[in-house]
Amino acid sequence: MLYREAGQFRTSYAADQQLLPIRQDRILMAVLLAVAFVGVPLFASDYWLTALLTPFLVFALAALGLNILTGYAGQLSLGTAAFMAVGAFAAYNFQLRVPGMPILGSFVLGGLTAAVVGVAFGLPSLRIKGFYLAVATLAAQFFIPWLLVKVPWFTNNSSSGVITSQPIVILGYVFDTPGSKYLLVLAIVALMALAAKNLVRSRIGRAWMAVRDMDVAAEVIGIRIMRTKLIAFAVSSFYCGVAGALYAYAYLGSVEPDGFNLDLSFRILFMIIIGGVGSILGSFLGAAFITLLPIFLDVLLVDGALALGLNLPSGATSMVQLVVFGALIIFFLIVEPHGLARLWQIGKEKLRLWPFPY
Amino acid sequence: MKTWMRILAGATALVIGAGAVAPVAAQQPNTQFIGITGYRVGPYGANGAAFFGGFIDYLNLVNERDGGVNGVKLSWEECETEYNNAKGVECYERLKTRAGTGPTAIHPMSTGITYALMEKAPTDKIPLITFGYGRTDATDGRVFPWVFPLMSNYWDAATGIVKFIGDKEGGDAKLKGKKIALLYHDSAYGKEPIPVLEAEATKLGFELKTIPVPHPGNEQQSQWLQIRQYKPDWVILWGWGVMTATALQTAQKTGYPREKMVGNWWAGSEIDTVAAGPAATGYYAASLNLAGKSYPVTKDVESIVYKKANKGSKAELVGTVLWNRGVAAAMFTVEAVRTAQAKFGKKPLTGEQVRWGIENLDLNAAKLKSLGFDTMLPPLKLSCEDHGGSGQVRFQQWDGKEWKSASDWMKGDTVLVRKMIEESAAKYATEKGIKAGCLPG
Repeated sequence: MLYREAGQFRTSYAADQQLLPIRQDRILMAVLLAVAFVGVPLFASDYWLTALLTPFLVFALAALGLNILTGYAGQLSLGTAAFMAVGAFAAYNFQLRVPGMPILGSFVLGGLTAAVVGVAFGLPSLRIKGFYLAVATLAAQFFIPWLLVKVPWFTNNSSSGVITSQPIVILGYVFDTPGSKYLLVLAIVALMALAAKNLVRSRIGRAWMAVRDMDVAAEVIGIRIMRTKLIAFAVSSFYCGVAGALYAYAYLGSVEPDGFNLDLSFRILFMIIIGGVGSILGSFLGAAFITLLPIFLDVLLVDGALALGLNLPSGATSMVQLVVFGALIIFFLIVEPHGLARLWQIGKEKLRLWPFPY
Repeated sequence: MKTWMRILAGATALVIGAGAVAPVAAQQPNTQFIGITGYRVGPYGANGAAFFGGFIDYLNLVNERDGGVNGVKLSWEECETEYNNAKGVECYERLKTRAGTGPTAIHPMSTGITYALMEKAPTDKIPLITFGYGRTDATDGRVFPWVFPLMSNYWDAATGIVKFIGDKEGGDAKLKGKKIALLYHDSAYGKEPIPVLEAEATKLGFELKTIPVPHPGNEQQSQWLQIRQYKPDWVILWGWGVMTATALQTAQKTGYPREKMVGNWWAGSEIDTVAAGPAATGYYAASLNLAGKSYPVTKDVESIVYKKANKGSKAELVGTVLWNRGVAAAMFTVEAVRTAQAKFGKKPLTGEQVRWGIENLDLNAAKLKSLGFDTMLPPLKLSCEDHGGSGQVRFQQWDGKEWKSASDWMKGDTVLVRKMIEESAAKYATEKGIKAGCLPG
């Protein structure tokens, strides 16, 4: 009833090809952006901004990067955290060693450095596929943190290997409050998500999907496999690199190479699997599921126990939280193997017919 | 399953999420609320359970025995970090919102979480107490006013170990020409002692060989082969977790005497030596605090918290190295609150006031005795310049069943350590544009 496109006629190619062809979607997106950019900074507490929303956005960006590579181009990667580490440490070093470097410039250069490293580790993808490629990217996952620990220059000779990020200053304005950092991250993530959405609809994006679905057929119809795969690695690593820089600068404030471990790579991989492989929206839904749900469950359990007057030890609530979270993952994968994004899509189709389904 | 059920499931998840984050006031009014970022699950859960068990047992003791600190009861909430930096930050942010006065002082019990919180502490005005870990140069309180690496840092430990070895050899002069191998966990933590040991090697004239063990360290054949070829007079073991026990067992296999091995304090708990079995007998380890149950405070905890109030965390852990360290850490927090109360009044205090209390903490031998700690800890006095306080370590030897004291409280090369700390802190200050100086009381 509410969500019905009857009467919306597209009279030009531009109207037919726009990102959100249905008016209700455009309204929804506008409301969402207004809430995110205006409502949240006005009403959310510091806890929400620093501990929930900023990491959610950063991980959504990293998941988006991985989704470009794995979901669209079909190249399985386990090196996401390593590419994030490259972005974070490169941004730190550009900021440290180049006088007068603008911070956004450092983020972009951090992303570009990650892209170069990503291309280097993407070279094996020309010969090997699937699980074997995953193992090859695993090499990046072990090599890069090892290198960052081994060569003290990367951490500016910090004895413990931990780097602390420089303050974020853009045009004289210091981003030091949780609200300002959140807005900065939100702006970057929104822009990059828009770019990704357009990219996957472009010639390159279609080439990625052709390679993903059947690389021999793609080659036959004239797609250059090597270039397509390497561009996918470059773009994906760029996204991960920027996410890594934001992780260090806007979220934690200090990072160590060991923090970018295989565990983090897996988390991001699970985000796209649960959110939806090959979907921009899925990256956001998956990031929300993996980063926010455990915290919500934990808060719910702790506060629930307090409200009921139970004196549970902290370990116990953590265990319960892990069990419930694990069960939820299995539940969602059983009811919807294509991820949360697919759920959303089914929901939209049902809404079109509601309240008179046939 | 029908589609509408799927949608229902999705909607339920959203509702759970939205409903969950309405913080319930956890703390009772008019208490000193202490936020605890602990860990009891995950790879280091066993270590965390002992430390935070002791911590909470002592807080319970203060409430049950003394009725709080000068009548102000303590309340607390523990948030599980799983030794994970991101979770630690989330816990810290959550605990920060809990009480009007903030979470008193945070013990991160993880070097990684310490680094992540160090940036936030000055803005939030919440002091961090890092008891035997964390950033070494934070001992210079003029650059790091909000961080308190209490008692001794890694460099104190490293020079203390060299001093201990010197004593065993019959004086520092005898170290000349000796060979010492450092077997370390190849991580930020393990590399920490290298610069100071190198400086000591040039100064005292011994030869130093550093041998890294990759994480997690459960396979050390090649490292011990190197040690066999090198034939060092002593091996310094900078281990963590499973690495320590493996090193001791491999040493036994290669025939290296355990009496010539000295560990640091994270390689010297019952968790390490019991796992190594008979191979650990004779092994020395530096310690921040003695193990054992013979202290009056331990007896009080056993009789009041465990027997009378039945609020004890876990009876098996009482008296272990890490449990005692947790008790000591809680005592530091409580005494800092007491010190600050003398200046600011007997009411719940803010982080800023507690910070003053920590900086002016003076735990002399008589005070420690009256608190029931006797010889478990060395006397400790903090100041703005010195956020460590004692710089002392004590050595213990594993006799196959328990840790036995093997030395008195002793200091390493404090002049050298202080010089390196000031250099490193000054470098940090210039990098971050901090103007070093003491905060006004």
